[in-house]
Amino acid sequence: MTPRYRLVRWLVLALLLALLPSVALAQDDSTITDDEVNEVAKDLYCPVCESTPLDVCPTQACADWRELIRTKLAAGETRQDVLDYFARQYGDGVLADPPRHGASLIVLWVLPVLLVLLGGLLFVRLLRGMRATGPAATVAGMTDTVATGPATVAPPRVDEHRGDESLDDYIARVERELKE
Amino acid sequence: MTETIPTPTTQPAAEPAKTRRPLRLSIVLLWVGVLTLIALLGWGLLNSTAERPEVGQQAPDFDVEFFDGYGWDGRTTANLADMRGNVVVLNFWASWCVECRDETPMLESAWQRYADQGVVVLGVAYADVEPNSLAYMKEFGVSFPHAPDLGTDISQTYEITGVPETFIIDKEGVIRHVQIGAVNTAMLDQIIPGLLAQ
Repeated sequence: MTPRYRLVRWLVLALLLALLPSVALAQDDSTITDDEVNEVAKDLYCPVCESTPLDVCPTQACADWRELIRTKLAAGETRQDVLDYFARQYGDGVLADPPRHGASLIVLWVLPVLLVLLGGLLFVRLLRGMRATGPAATVAGMTDTVATGPATVAPPRVDEHRGDESLDDYIARVERELKE
Repeated sequence: MTETIPTPTTQPAAEPAKTRRPLRLSIVLLWVGVLTLIALLGWGLLNSTAERPEVGQQAPDFDVEFFDGYGWDGRTTANLADMRGNVVVLNFWASWCVECRDETPMLESAWQRYADQGVVVLGVAYADVEPNSLAYMKEFGVSFPHAPDLGTDISQTYEITGVPETFIIDKEGVIRHVQIGAVNTAMLDQIIPGLLAQ
């Protein structure tokens, strides 16, 4: 082996060693698939087009964001790290599932619960109102007029409605009319 | 079988009050719920209808953390109030914005010509990726102050509709011009000297 050949061999070896880190980095980037990127991107929203998830948004801004996700995943950051970064950099508004504090807590959690409770209360009130003005109540009112006589139908018990102000008023009015 | 139906008058006097109590509680809850709902809706409505600052209004203050090497007056952070006494050209841009590429050289030119007369051109990168912002600034060789819009706080405060968008603010902090779309040299040369003379 000539000295010249030996020198060339060492140079080639040194060149390969120098290129090794960049080859390794390039492999890291390429190992992150579009699916992996979109798995994170679907939990982010496009900053430019409202209400468009990042994984399906066609704008250049979103393409840039997806590339940033790829770079961060390739650098070893976790999905949560990436989401935290975007929230810090661009605000909680870009998160599909914003943290539950402040305005988002009220709008997304307190308000729906209040609405359900309110709806439930209104429903109960409506049912009571229907019972008070329904046929059963009419029968109860009629049978009051023959309270001492035999009842031909099995009437509902008046005290079932006790506590219902509208029914109490109604009964009181019927009694007044009877006295007259 | 017959049944005698007792009339309400046959009931003990204390009983109705006892049985009515849950109903009253429900009514109170109902009203509390309705009023809370109205308050929340009103609050949401007020927030959603926050209007963008217009010409003649005081420019809302904000904080910026400049990109490395793109600070102002030797600072790495500042707020708009720090710039009081200067005419401020507040420009929202992004590296992905095509129209911005036309105006950036004009803003740089204005900065070069007016900086020593008391003008601050401040670029705010909106919804941009930092490496791309830095590459863009390097590509155009800009030297005026630039900062990212962290948390998109500034763009939300100014209710921008897109990029590019520019607010020109006088020495007293009052907005004197709003430009939706790209600015140009003629426009800047018409507005800035007038504000400097005030």
